[in-house]
Amino acid sequence: MFSDLPLLSLIIWLPIFGGLLVLVNGDDRGLFKSRSLSLVIALATFILSIPLYTQFDSGTHLMQFQELSPWISTFNINYHLGVDGISVPLILLTTFTTVLVVIAGWEVIKFKPSQYMAAFLIMEGLMNGVFASLDSILFYVFWEAMLIPMFIVIGVWGGANRVYATIKFFLYTFLGSVFMLIALIYMYYQADSFAILDFHNLQIGITAQILIFLAFLIAFAVKVPMFPVHTWLPDAHVEAPTGGSVILAAIMLKMGAYGFLRFSLPIVPDASHELDWLMITLSLIAVVYIGFVALAQQDMKKLIAYSSIAHMGFVTLGFFIVYAIYNNTGSYSGAIMGIEGGIVQMISHGLVSGAMFLCVGVMYDRMHSRQIGDYGGVVNTMPIFAAFMVFFAMANAGLPGTSGFVGEFMVILAAFKANFWFAFLAATTLILGAAYTLWMVKRVIFGDVSNDNVAKLTDINNREFLILGVLAVGVLALGIYPAPLLEVMHATVANLVEHIAVSKL
Amino acid sequence: MTETIQKINIVIVLAPLLAAIIAGLFGRKIGRAGAHWVTNIGVAISFVLSLVVYNHLVSNGAEAINQSVYTWLISDGIRFEIGFLIDNLTAMMMVVVTFVSLMVHIYTIGYMKDDPGYQRFFSYISLFTFSMLMLVMANNFLQLFFGWEAVGLVSYLLIGFWYKKETAIYANLKAFLVNRVGDFGFLLGIAAVLMYFNTLDYAAVFSNVEMHKDLTASLIPGTEWNVITVICILLFIGAMGKSAQVPLHVWLPDSMEGPTPISALIHAATMVTAGIYMVARMSPLYEYSETALSFVLVIGAITALFMGFLGLIQNDIKRVVAYSTLSQLGYMTVALGASAYAAGIFHLMTHAFFKALLFLAAGSVIIAMHHEQDIRKMGGLKKYLPITWITSLIGSLALIGAPGFAGFYSKDSIIEAVGLSNLPGSGFAYACVLMGVFVTALYSFRMYFLVFHGKERMDEHTRSHLHEPSKVVTVPLILLAIPSVLAGAVMVGDMSFGNYFGEAIFVLPQHDVLAELAKDFDGWFSMIIHGMTMPPFWLALGGVLTAWFLYLVKPELPGKIKANFNWLYTLLDNKYYADIFNDWFFAGGTRGIGRNLWQFGDVKIIDGFMVNGTARTIGWFSSMIRHVQSGYLYHYAFAMIFGLLLLFGLFVLD
Repeated sequence: MFSDLPLLSLIIWLPIFGGLLVLVNGDDRGLFKSRSLSLVIALATFILSIPLYTQFDSGTHLMQFQELSPWISTFNINYHLGVDGISVPLILLTTFTTVLVVIAGWEVIKFKPSQYMAAFLIMEGLMNGVFASLDSILFYVFWEAMLIPMFIVIGVWGGANRVYATIKFFLYTFLGSVFMLIALIYMYYQADSFAILDFHNLQIGITAQILIFLAFLIAFAVKVPMFPVHTWLPDAHVEAPTGGSVILAAIMLKMGAYGFLRFSLPIVPDASHELDWLMITLSLIAVVYIGFVALAQQDMKKLIAYSSIAHMGFVTLGFFIVYAIYNNTGSYSGAIMGIEGGIVQMISHGLVSGAMFLCVGVMYDRMHSRQIGDYGGVVNTMPIFAAFMVFFAMANAGLPGTSGFVGEFMVILAAFKANFWFAFLAATTLILGAAYTLWMVKRVIFGDVSNDNVAKLTDINNREFLILGVLAVGVLALGIYPAPLLEVMHATVANLVEHIAVSKL
Repeated sequence: MTETIQKINIVIVLAPLLAAIIAGLFGRKIGRAGAHWVTNIGVAISFVLSLVVYNHLVSNGAEAINQSVYTWLISDGIRFEIGFLIDNLTAMMMVVVTFVSLMVHIYTIGYMKDDPGYQRFFSYISLFTFSMLMLVMANNFLQLFFGWEAVGLVSYLLIGFWYKKETAIYANLKAFLVNRVGDFGFLLGIAAVLMYFNTLDYAAVFSNVEMHKDLTASLIPGTEWNVITVICILLFIGAMGKSAQVPLHVWLPDSMEGPTPISALIHAATMVTAGIYMVARMSPLYEYSETALSFVLVIGAITALFMGFLGLIQNDIKRVVAYSTLSQLGYMTVALGASAYAAGIFHLMTHAFFKALLFLAAGSVIIAMHHEQDIRKMGGLKKYLPITWITSLIGSLALIGAPGFAGFYSKDSIIEAVGLSNLPGSGFAYACVLMGVFVTALYSFRMYFLVFHGKERMDEHTRSHLHEPSKVVTVPLILLAIPSVLAGAVMVGDMSFGNYFGEAIFVLPQHDVLAELAKDFDGWFSMIIHGMTMPPFWLALGGVLTAWFLYLVKPELPGKIKANFNWLYTLLDNKYYADIFNDWFFAGGTRGIGRNLWQFGDVKIIDGFMVNGTARTIGWFSSMIRHVQSGYLYHYAFAMIFGLLLLFGLFVLD
């Protein structure tokens, strides 16, 4: 029934215009209840995104659901959309998470709820745009536009130190993107087109490749974020409202990693090869160094933010061990597993970190504190919540049977093929990840009731139960049966590895 | 028939899982009785069906079953499957696991009857049974790891079951993290298997070991490492965590913070033996690495003896049994190192029965004593708790290897096998396991005498309330006492010296010490006669007599010995300072590194210097530049004139 619809355009523009409608409608004086209206729009977008998976032809690496029409013909810029096995899971993650975020903000956001909801809906459309764009200028526009609603979300509904955090967030990410724009324009002059797929076929000299790689690196590394450009993330998370944190962790961080797959690796494979030591080093620093840093955090959101950085280290590690595997074993066997592991880790991290931030949100709404020291013995007053929290913490620690395990497992297996020590350092997450996550759980959840505020806590309500329950099912399902997710990406990733194995010099 | 068995296998696994889900999610609805019925029935189904499978394979001699359940994922052309490998080794483990689990389920009805977390407890132990079955029934490394971590999770949840107790939630975190250190090695071992064998399927890996036996890898540039050795040692690090071998043993004594039934089920009979099972399962790999076998042998020997010493000075009834478990796990590990895998598994089985028995008996004492666990405050319980007393005596005799009891056969097989081994370290190991026999007898009977005999040292109130707990507690004791006596005599011919395990365990001819021993074996009875002429028997007897003399005849003597050997006592009392060292070095060190990296790296250098520093520099620069735009007309006029003069000057000079 959906086959004739321009699905990609719909999932981009429906939430954007829907968001504007919510905005115009206003808080309570409008025709509709702003929350219900937002939920309907988010749900409709989610439903519209499902056929992208069900009708996806996993047998081909070619772009599907393509839409193409001229936009600025002077510069050969087109409104060109399409998805492959890498972007489909990310789009589904986006539409799914937005629904949860809308529900999560339901009665918590009392200040200008319609604007809050509108910001998230508009952001959803823009993020879908990023994942679906096949024209680099279109991509760039979505990429930059997406910052605005997030900037507003943190700046308006954020915590006490929100101004510092928003400026840091904005400047960091904006600065990175400018370099990307320069690279895109350079390539336009080479290819006479802004189409990403045309860039993939460019022959570029090594110096230019390295410069392009670095330009992209600055843009994407900030977003992932990679060490040492990661410090905006803990600040942004701490100040952001729960919904903002969820979107930030679940989706926005994935854009950088997506950029590496869509731009860096296929466009400048030789530079990627040349500089893979840098990427691997930074990824491993993210896993080990950030793992240690997470251990020292006293603020739950900061802790989870740092844990996000460590988990994203697995993503970039999985992507950039391709060449090391070839150098070590003489074949690219194992490279696919690294990249697929990285993608699975992205999806899983979206669910798990989203859930962790929601859990902190649940507690914050009641206690107005994120400090670990203010809690203790929450299980006594919130047993159902505690069960969820422990479950997600286990997923965060990469327990088999949860989605958190799958990606890490695949990346470690692949990393071993590249170099024993890569795998060795990456596998320290087994210890560090468990240490920082479960130590927090011990201090927050377990123990006797530590103070009167904890004694007064009430367990989660139906709305919160619904959100956490849905996420728990997702985390469990992906952990027990990840094959369907992998199925979608096989052809695309196999083609990617084939493509990046060929020199472009 | 095979197809039916395959279906049965799935039911065996799912029955306890389903029960756990029902008791866990709907505990409030079904109530306490509902929870214990559903889980008991679930595990009983598993037990009965395991017997069916056992009968099919072992008694009828059917072929091993290697069945795939579903494909977990495919990546890079490698299929990761969930599936079962059911051979004699697996079948035996399934029966042991489900039997002990069923006993513990029944016992729990009595032991936990007043606990507010009743349903939760049943849900956890059923979940544990599911996880443990997944572990032993796996036909590939992925599922092995899944079960491996899943039992770790349940262990974590159960040690911290009484979550208000600070000691309990400290112990469970510690247990999880120490196990994760082991899993770190284990996972790398699995990655190594995948790299060199390109599959994680047991059968496919094992059939190719010989081809890879001379393969080397240079882990540190310039050095060559035998690949099989690397794999085996990495996997064994996992076993060291799960089976609590030195130096990763530190979590097990603390795990006694959990309720007693799980100490019996998880921390004595089943989960902690997972490492032993794993190495035996991997015998086709270990056989090709004498280095790894020696490593296993030495680690096991150290654990067997030195953990036994610690049992001598414990006063908490559960901790005595815990240290005895550590020591016995050491014995099993020694057996693996000596390539006597079958004897190790045999000891695993007999130990599961008598150690579960000892723990449950200890639990029975604890209930009777109103949760007093200090054996110095007990004594003379024999007449108040006759069933607990007699079953404890049976358990203790089995543990010290009294001739005829189950432990005798398995332990003697191990000791003699180690005596025959020629691997480097086998002499040391032999000395350790022999001395260990004396130590085992001494601490076991020290506890036995202090609890059941001698003066009644409890207060009057406790004494007046002493009585045997209810049937749900005593019946499992009796049911476990039976195999603690009989299992050895019945099975020794097949397990230690026969071909019980068939293809499941692989031993190279030059390592096959058990085959050597089998030549002299003629029946369980003559083994008793033979055993009485051997050193272990006299050492055990010596241990019992020493305990009798020290704690019943001259009860003032231990105090004097303690006073005279204070340094030794202090060393043992501090558990060789392992906990203190770990707390200071690893836990404290890690936290310290974390704090410093954060404060110095993130806060000072990156944020302070690079990020905000850049911002400050720009700010400073603009504040300087700002002075140029002062807004005063004469400033601008002056600048104009100055500029004009400069330009003119340049022209003129030209």
